[in-house]
Amino acid sequence: MSAGTPRSLPSSGQKPIQDICHPLSAEECALSRSPDVLNPCSAGERDLILPNGTPVDTSSPASSSSLLNRLQLDDDLDGETRDLFVTVDDPKKHVSTMETYITYRVCTKTTRTEFDLPEYSVRRRYQDFDWLRNKLEESQPTHLIPPLPEKFVMKGVVDRFSEEFVETRRKALDKFLKRVADHPVLSFNEHFNAFLSAKDLNKRQGLALLTKMGESVKYVTGGYKLRARPVEFAAMGDYLDVFTQKLGTIDRIAQRIIKEQSEFLMELREYGPVYSSWSSFEEDLHDPLEGVSGCVSNCSSALEELTEDMSEDFLPVLREYVLYIESMKNVLKKRDQVQAEYETKLEAVVFREDKKTLVPSDVEKCQDRVECFNADLKADWDRWQNNKRQDFRQLLTGMADKNIQYYEKCLAAWESLIPLLQDKQDAKGETN
Amino acid sequence: MVEKGTSLLKMMEISVAEAEKRTGKNAVNMQETYTVYLIETSVEHIIWTNPVPDSLWRRYSEFELLRNYLLVTYPFSVVPPLPEKRAEFVWHKLSADNMDPDFVERRRVGLENFLLRVASHPDLSSDKIFYSFLTEENGWKETVFETGFQAKADSRLKALNATFRVKNPDKRFAEMKHYGDELQSVISQLLRVRARAADRLYGVYKVHGNYGRVFSEWSAIEKEMGDGLQSAGHHMDAYAASVDDILEEEEHYADQLKEYLFYADALRAVCRKHELTQYELEMAAQDLTSKKQQREELATGTIRTFSLKGMTSKLFGQETPEQREAKLKMLETQIEEGEELVKERNAECEEFVKSAWVDIERFKEQKDHDLREALISYAIMQISMCKKGIQVWNNAKECFSKM
Repeated sequence: MSAGTPRSLPSSGQKPIQDICHPLSAEECALSRSPDVLNPCSAGERDLILPNGTPVDTSSPASSSSLLNRLQLDDDLDGETRDLFVTVDDPKKHVSTMETYITYRVCTKTTRTEFDLPEYSVRRRYQDFDWLRNKLEESQPTHLIPPLPEKFVMKGVVDRFSEEFVETRRKALDKFLKRVADHPVLSFNEHFNAFLSAKDLNKRQGLALLTKMGESVKYVTGGYKLRARPVEFAAMGDYLDVFTQKLGTIDRIAQRIIKEQSEFLMELREYGPVYSSWSSFEEDLHDPLEGVSGCVSNCSSALEELTEDMSEDFLPVLREYVLYIESMKNVLKKRDQVQAEYETKLEAVVFREDKKTLVPSDVEKCQDRVECFNADLKADWDRWQNNKRQDFRQLLTGMADKNIQYYEKCLAAWESLIPLLQDKQDAKGETN
Repeated sequence: MVEKGTSLLKMMEISVAEAEKRTGKNAVNMQETYTVYLIETSVEHIIWTNPVPDSLWRRYSEFELLRNYLLVTYPFSVVPPLPEKRAEFVWHKLSADNMDPDFVERRRVGLENFLLRVASHPDLSSDKIFYSFLTEENGWKETVFETGFQAKADSRLKALNATFRVKNPDKRFAEMKHYGDELQSVISQLLRVRARAADRLYGVYKVHGNYGRVFSEWSAIEKEMGDGLQSAGHHMDAYAASVDDILEEEEHYADQLKEYLFYADALRAVCRKHELTQYELEMAAQDLTSKKQQREELATGTIRTFSLKGMTSKLFGQETPEQREAKLKMLETQIEEGEELVKERNAECEEFVKSAWVDIERFKEQKDHDLREALISYAIMQISMCKKGIQVWNNAKECFSKM
């Protein structure tokens, strides 16, 4: 919905496949002399770096406010000492004979012993992130896994290689990894470790090099009937339902505003030049009219920026949360199923006539599962609520900021026009 | 009464204070509703000031009559225009209904402006009919018709609408007419686009009001975020509501532009009238020349120009000397009259050009001054709108940051 024209990324160009630096290999790229050389992240090279290791994005004009927000984030984490920092940046286009795709650099800094090295820099593509998420869902079904940006884009409608699209995606992928890295359980996941550190993600072998750490449990969607959902989980479900609805409404409103603003912009682009053509047959009024035309033009540019920013920064975050909530509802359903299974089995034991069939340990396992699930979910829920609060505070403050900036630009333009309009000295001098 | 050249406004305060709806029977004895406007005047006396202003009621058609009278009686003046008869260049929220109170109010202001313009015009302000328009409620219409301006108006109107070509157009007037055309065209375009832009701006602001409602609903399911969201929502409502005042103020700017849109027409009318005067002079001169030529031919017996008379006389023989004498005498009188007419018309033309050009110069200065002021107040309006926007969003931002 961006109002501007998309710009394409510079491509790595057509090269023979042997010469192309393997995108998933960090070491090789570090040794290569190609212009696509990757420098491993190090604090010394960067101009600005936050305490948690993330480099400051100085490309946006609002970087000072986003810097402030990131610092606030740190404060809110109740003094948790971080020992794992992850960043996603440096998108690059890769063109091969088979396909064209984008890879992103994933930088890791950590003091954890689970990692062999303190620093890593790898290149990953969207597919790899998708793989990671699936693995996390599989291996940690009792936890809320953060969402990824949408997988599929309509090829005719959106330019997958435009700077705007890639940047929006990069931000979402960065957020995804940071959320996983901040999670006390997910961040220790073996697949996450592999994603961050492995030269070559060998997806097909099913991680032969990785040892099983936790339980790899399979949850059967078994068609068990749930008796009584505990109040707190029912409340979660209700909350998510209403929240999703509200997010949808906000998305529609934002889209509508962008549309109206774009149409207003169209009229402004016609309005300004009329003053110019008027000035062409006036003498005394020539400069004032020309000045008004210039002013309107400046306001038009400011408005265009506002609309673009809202499209690129605001809407994607809303949609991401909708996806988040969808996956959370699935987790809630799974929890229900686990509880239902337990209840059914318990009932069978209690009411059984044949005392030899079901072994109570089976029921005990189910009970354990339910309790673990509930505990994990509760902890994740609180964490999610907290993050949600910060995210939306940041999002909405950002929206307010963008609007303030727009009005400030317009104000400056009109204020600078006043002295020009009031200045009659030169004109009078000429006609006399 | 007022001396010619001074402004009535210096001696008298004029205002169009109120507007009222009336119902009555019209010319074809049918019920109609119309609006009347209260004109208040108070004359400054040296000894005592009038505590209660004199007042009378006039309707729009009477203003029109006054203006038509002025147009005919002072053809060399750029006569101030009336506010529009029907609402044009409206954006959707504005009513195009003549009975709409906002339209009536804007018209009241426009009519007052018209009277003030006329009262400060060096030539028009000393007109008796104008004075009695302001002071004599009854019988004014009859007085106007008694001046016989209608007849003049009709004949001039016919002449103005007829197509004629002037042999030696005055360059200055031709340029002025062209300027009038361009001014009219550009202001029309400006007003049209501005109205469309106003529509869009209205939409942008009003949709933000929806945030108010959804934030309120959302805050109901939140604990810590609730208050911040709720109060931010109020600010969004305030933002949405603020557009009504903004656009009402902009309407005032549009009215200022409209006045000059109609002024452009008045300017072109003066140029056209000059053309007519010039044309009439040229016609009289042409007629005189042809009569002189006829006399010459008759006197010398030579037929230089082709004429039916020449042909018939060639075919059927010359006239008798007595006939020729009679004709010559007639031509002489006609030539005498013709020379008088040309002198008259020439003087008229010169007089017209002099007076018209003085008024055009006056108009130019007035236009430059007024439009510059209009642009300044437009810029000030925009500045105020921006400041309001900054304030509202800062308020909302504060609420968001407390979420």
